[in-house]
Amino acid sequence: MSAASGASAPRNRLAVAGARSTTEAMLRNQPRGDVIRNAIFAGLLLLAVCIALAGLLALLIQAFAKGSSALTLDLITNPPSTAFPDKAGYRPAIIGSLQLIAGVMLFVVPVGIGAAIYLEEYADGSRWWNRLIEINIQNLAAVPSIIYGILGLAFIVRGPMDLGFILAAGSLTLALLVLPMVIIASREALRAVPDSIRQGSLALGATQWQTIRTQVLPASVPGIATGVILAVSRAIGETAPLLLVGATVFVTFDPTPFGSDGYSAMPVQIFNYALRPQEEFQALAAAGIIVMLVVLLAMNSFAIWLRNRYEQRW
Amino acid sequence: MLTEQAPKIEVRPEFQSSAPEAAREKVFELRDIEVLYSGVSAVKGISMEIGRNEVTAMIGPSGCGKSTLLRCLNRMNDLIPTAEVKGELLYHGEDLYGSGVDPVQVRKLIGMVFQKPNPFPKSIYDNVAFGPRILGRKEGLDEVVEKALRGAALWHEVKDRLKDNAFGLSGGQQQRLCIARCIAVKPDVILMDEPCSALDPISTGKIEDLMIELKNQFSIVIVTHNMQQAARVSDRTAFLMTELDATEHTRWGRLVEYDVTQQIFTNPSDKRTEDYVSGKVG
Amino acid sequence: MLQSESKRYGERAIKWLLASCAVLSVLTTTAIVFSLIGPTIGFFEVVPADDFFFGVDWTPQFEPPSFGVLSIVAGTLNVALWGMLFAIPIGLGSAVYLSEYASPRVRRTIKPALEVLAGIPTVAIGFFAVSFILPEIIVPLWPGELLGGAEGKPFLALAAGLGIGLMVVPIIASISEDAMSAVPRGLHEGAYALGATKAKVAVRVIFPAALSGIVASIVLAISRAVGETMIVVLAAGSTPKFTLNPVESIQAMTSYIATTATGDISTGTVDYKSVFAVGTVLFVMTLVMNVVSIRLVRRYREVYE
Repeated sequence: MSAASGASAPRNRLAVAGARSTTEAMLRNQPRGDVIRNAIFAGLLLLAVCIALAGLLALLIQAFAKGSSALTLDLITNPPSTAFPDKAGYRPAIIGSLQLIAGVMLFVVPVGIGAAIYLEEYADGSRWWNRLIEINIQNLAAVPSIIYGILGLAFIVRGPMDLGFILAAGSLTLALLVLPMVIIASREALRAVPDSIRQGSLALGATQWQTIRTQVLPASVPGIATGVILAVSRAIGETAPLLLVGATVFVTFDPTPFGSDGYSAMPVQIFNYALRPQEEFQALAAAGIIVMLVVLLAMNSFAIWLRNRYEQRW
Repeated sequence: MLTEQAPKIEVRPEFQSSAPEAAREKVFELRDIEVLYSGVSAVKGISMEIGRNEVTAMIGPSGCGKSTLLRCLNRMNDLIPTAEVKGELLYHGEDLYGSGVDPVQVRKLIGMVFQKPNPFPKSIYDNVAFGPRILGRKEGLDEVVEKALRGAALWHEVKDRLKDNAFGLSGGQQQRLCIARCIAVKPDVILMDEPCSALDPISTGKIEDLMIELKNQFSIVIVTHNMQQAARVSDRTAFLMTELDATEHTRWGRLVEYDVTQQIFTNPSDKRTEDYVSGKVG
Repeated sequence: MLQSESKRYGERAIKWLLASCAVLSVLTTTAIVFSLIGPTIGFFEVVPADDFFFGVDWTPQFEPPSFGVLSIVAGTLNVALWGMLFAIPIGLGSAVYLSEYASPRVRRTIKPALEVLAGIPTVAIGFFAVSFILPEIIVPLWPGELLGGAEGKPFLALAAGLGIGLMVVPIIASISEDAMSAVPRGLHEGAYALGATKAKVAVRVIFPAALSGIVASIVLAISRAVGETMIVVLAAGSTPKFTLNPVESIQAMTSYIATTATGDISTGTVDYKSVFAVGTVLFVMTLVMNVVSIRLVRRYREVYE
């Protein structure tokens, strides 16, 4: 390239760029088109990732922007109100959610872990009925949550169990919803324990249950705990099933597990506020979302910390 | 007869003679034992007797069913759903596979040490104390643990760090820990499935010395790939080999010869044994 | 000496107790089917199956009512379609990036971010869809009067669709990335050794090798999209329309169930039973997709493990 005057500098830059990419391509024995196509491809992939992350960020930022004005202590201590939005809060919903979660854990921990232990340690995998149970559980993990709502309505609230529209019924419905998750996560934790440990224990004259109780279960606790926490996170955020089993949107008193006056939960209350067009209620909805997201983030971080800290490395 | 070029196999002098047949107390009597996996034979026609306070070695090329046979002796094959054991296996005269026999009880009397050391992810102390605790023992564990660790020649190396995690030990130490764990339950028999194949030569030597000492208290049956090891430590040796059935295209393990170790290595009766111990076949 | 010391009843009791926990899972499915079947049969005693399965007018509150389910099925598919059109390129692109291009440090930041996205409650995404995506993204960017225009509509199928798309991106990304990572390194190295570029390796070698896992992730994502309720209720509206037009408000199967079953209807009416009939359709659709997806995942796991 000959030295150029200022007017042809852009043309020179283009020429230099072209020469450079050609040289690179030749050094790599690639046709020039390939290098460019490679770069575009990588760029598109990165763009995809950025869009996903941007979506997440936009959601978080928007929630904060809309809801920060309503983030006062009143939010937690006051009951909801349609007449006085500036004084409205989430109190019954928070208490309801806490009680619902307690009920979910009471059910899901023994039943989920018990089922996982049976399937991993006792069941003969080649039998057809055990395989059916497996497919069944995997399917249940992906059944739409509103179907669980129908189950709750027709079977638990009414139907054979006939519990009525009480919080315990909602708890049971949510528990059935997340039970497959707990079973699947617990099974993976149990499976991660090497067979040599079981053989060693059995060869010493321990029974199968003794082996599970003293060796296999303790080693899988971190994985199981992580699974339970993630399942509970899911249950906290579920709205649709609760709508069908009587989480009445407008409860101004503190709910109780077996009280028949109705109950509420965080996501349901948020939903109710979100349906109202007035700015104050939109802000309340966003504030509720912020509270839920903070709680969920704390729980999931704890679950991940738990897994990293106590995970058994074989 | 062994040829001049064959490698010399050392047999320890104390094994030159052993108790005459009739006086030998038998721990196991195997009569025509056959083990099948999903209906296919893995070993067939095994008949032998294993004596008390002896080290009995089982040698042979890979895949001839030595480990399968070993696992019959403490009913570990029960854990494999497709496994089936035929024939008669007597333990001190009782049918090991009789109805009413509890495999859990069997394993308390007949212990096992595995090829790859498998300590529990617990402390050294808890590893050794595991067996006694399972048996219901709550007091006096300290003495039991110490005695077992001494018996496994590991006490001096770990006595100051009993609460440390067992995974921090070296391979050889872990295997001796597994032996300690096994003898803490005070079994009658100890089965060892290639116990040194994952270890370095020095650890191997320590464990071989241990085997010779332990036979005074226990009866030991060991499976090994290493002929020289069998020659070094065992009183009697069984040589197994695969046999092909050309018509059915199946193969299974057979007991070719079983005799006092010195005989097997210096004056084998079967040509196949001779070929194997002289290194002609692998 | 070889008999056991105790009868070990405890062992057997424990085994039965644990087995009953496992059987409970089967009972759940039975209970679901039981809950759906009765009212559904009752529904079809009143409404002819032809009208239900082939009708395109869903107007239960009219006199006479019309129960053409295709209308709300179209609504569901409408939202799912636009959601998947967004989620598939974004999800797969992220998966390929994470599996083939990203450095371990980048991967350690992005993967947790995707997990956070996966954990966001659907009511929050629905709120985001109706209060941000609709006014700030769709309305300004939508080309004028195309397909009826996006201006002035409080509910849009596209808003719900994009919300759902965002929700299922982590499903597609993580399962596909899992499948791609399971492809043995030997295939990577073989292809590079032949002089292929990174892009070629990713597209021509890894992608096809991981195909069953990738397809499984997409099928699972569609299943989630079809079954999603809150996002559709908040952002897509409640007017059933037999259309795939993104800038219309529609009603999906899930939103019909949600709004009707919480409203004032008495048990025994056709309206009440229609909820279960729609629920049955929804259950069967997602069941088929789930079983297909499970089979595919099992296939890719088997091939490489």
